[in-house]
Amino acid sequence: MTDSPYILQAKNLTKIYGENVIFKDISLDVKKGETIVIIGPSGTGKSTLLRCLNLLTPVNSGQIFLEGEEITAHGVDHDQVRQKIGMVFQNFLLFNHLTALGNVMIGLTKVKKMPTEKAKQKALHELERVGLADRAHHYPAQLSGGQQQRVAIARALAMDPLVMLFDEPTSALDPELIGEVLGVMEQLAHEHMTMLVVTHEMGFAREVADRIIFMEKGRIVEQGSPEELFEHPQHARTREFLGKISELYGKKEKK
Amino acid sequence: MISFFEFFVRFLPDLLSGMGMTLLLTAEGVLAGFILGLAATLARTYGGKFWRNLAIAYIELFRGTPLLVQVFLLYYGLPGLGITLSREWSAFLALGLNSGAYQAEYLRGSILAIGEGQMLAARAIGMSKWKAVFYIILPQALRLAIPAWANEPVSLLKATSVVFLIAVPELMTRAKLIASRTYDPISSYLAVAVLYLVLVYLVDAAMKWLEQRTRLPGLSAVNESS
Amino acid sequence: MINQFFAYILQGTSVTVAVTLVALPLGLILGLLFALIYNYGGFWVSRFAAVYSLVMRGVPPIALLFILYFLLSGQMVNLSPFWAGSISLGIISSAYQMEILRGALQAVGEGQMIAARAIGMTRLQAIRYIIIPQAIRLAIPPWSNEASIVLKDSSLVYAIGVPEILRRAQQLSATTQQPFLAFGAAALIYFVLVFLVNRGLDLLAEKTKLPASMA
Repeated sequence: MTDSPYILQAKNLTKIYGENVIFKDISLDVKKGETIVIIGPSGTGKSTLLRCLNLLTPVNSGQIFLEGEEITAHGVDHDQVRQKIGMVFQNFLLFNHLTALGNVMIGLTKVKKMPTEKAKQKALHELERVGLADRAHHYPAQLSGGQQQRVAIARALAMDPLVMLFDEPTSALDPELIGEVLGVMEQLAHEHMTMLVVTHEMGFAREVADRIIFMEKGRIVEQGSPEELFEHPQHARTREFLGKISELYGKKEKK
Repeated sequence: MISFFEFFVRFLPDLLSGMGMTLLLTAEGVLAGFILGLAATLARTYGGKFWRNLAIAYIELFRGTPLLVQVFLLYYGLPGLGITLSREWSAFLALGLNSGAYQAEYLRGSILAIGEGQMLAARAIGMSKWKAVFYIILPQALRLAIPAWANEPVSLLKATSVVFLIAVPELMTRAKLIASRTYDPISSYLAVAVLYLVLVYLVDAAMKWLEQRTRLPGLSAVNESS
Repeated sequence: MINQFFAYILQGTSVTVAVTLVALPLGLILGLLFALIYNYGGFWVSRFAAVYSLVMRGVPPIALLFILYFLLSGQMVNLSPFWAGSISLGIISSAYQMEILRGALQAVGEGQMIAARAIGMTRLQAIRYIIIPQAIRLAIPPWSNEASIVLKDSSLVYAIGVPEILRRAQQLSATTQQPFLAFGAAALIYFVLVFLVNRGLDLLAEKTKLPASMA
């Protein structure tokens, strides 16, 4: 393993669907324990970028490094890589035929080949982390959206990932359920989990992020600390976007 | 002229001796068809180009031709290629292959209904494609397919009747023998029709029970955007 | 030689098509009748239609075919095997077509009937001008499936000696000692016929579709 200060690095990533350039020449360095929030208008390739980082979607060009090792190289076992990069989806995507506990356990027993009893202990511990130990035996359909998303976070955490990717984790939730999910994510940030979060929750970005990246039309326009970005944005486009979004969301995101 | 009721009672034991074969063919056909249908669906949905086309060809051919023609092709036709099968084997193979093509369609429908998201989430925690298929997709797809699939045993039970045309000793063959012995074909076939009705009713009830047993909370025609 | 094979069996094709063309419309008329009395008839006729459907669909077509065939070609009525067989298949299909139409009529919904009565239509007018035109469109896809089932079931009249495709194939198999070719050719012809029926009815469904989506 190469000695690298970065857990995750992306170099000159480009993704093209047919004629559409989704994003172009994106480079990104993620330090251990860092929480990065990616903001920007919808349709600017933020979600696709996350899926590419997790190798769920192939990039057209560029390289991705995990702990200094290139995972976009030939012959790399994608399934191995994905175990180390957790992902949380906008629409939760819990396995509908498994209970909350089953959802968290299945990666441990079937992918990591952990003995059932041990997997169960670990899964219960992860559910406890997201505050849902008492819902372990509920099926997804018996849980609220916020609870489902917290189970999805526990499912990803159980694999002991080096990085967690969050793809708009609260945008499918009713307003009153957003807080519980953001709360879990905030707690993870305090535990120094490395996180990459695509979200429109500006309050969360301001309070929790170490760094904010503003993306538009497939490019990184500007990045910096929350103060830099929110108080002194350098680019007109950033100011415009932040203006629009605070108009839209008002003071709601101030928790 | 004796009444139909007397006729029915008198020949019931005779008819019942064919019932075992009818039920055996139904059970074998459903089981073989399930295995074939599952394999065909997996090949069609997750296989490479060759396997996909092979599965489509199989499904379309067996759904696009009459079962009776398939039975004849196996029993009378194959000896022309030097392969000779017994009546029972021909019947069993034709029913299994035929049912498999239909069962493949039920399964495919439910796999499509589950949506791509489940596969995506499974891949995201590091599962390989086939692990995801067996641990995530199939457990849901099989449950989802049950209501539509539950018609298959009943329709196969009825379908087994055509193999009397190659003289497999099942219910219809017995009825035909009784008809030629009594010169009363209408009563004979009415009697066998009554027996089929009872069997269809029982199988149908069993399937409804199975449907109840396998129900999971929230898992019915799940739809989700991916 | 293959040509002669096909030429001989193809003569059976016209019989197969004829059987289907008698059975399918007959089944449609009877099926529609039963569906209407089931949905809109009084208690007893409605019960009768329900029992008819259950019994007819609970017995294998080949068993029903024999019962009806012997009824229709007995002392009282004496029809040729072709007519007895075709009419029998039509009666069998009527129970399945009844279910298709019944489902379609119900899917149109009570609201349409209420709206029709509200503008002063009689019950019959409402059925004729409002319910049926919508139900027919909904029924086309499942009906298309039933049409190919009747086509395939027409092979059953082989058993009562009607010279359709399968009977021709059997004769050919006996005279040429080429059973695989003979029955293979028969299968191929059925496959093409079923394909044509499905495609034709798909086109019909496409043509008659109403703008926007219908539930």
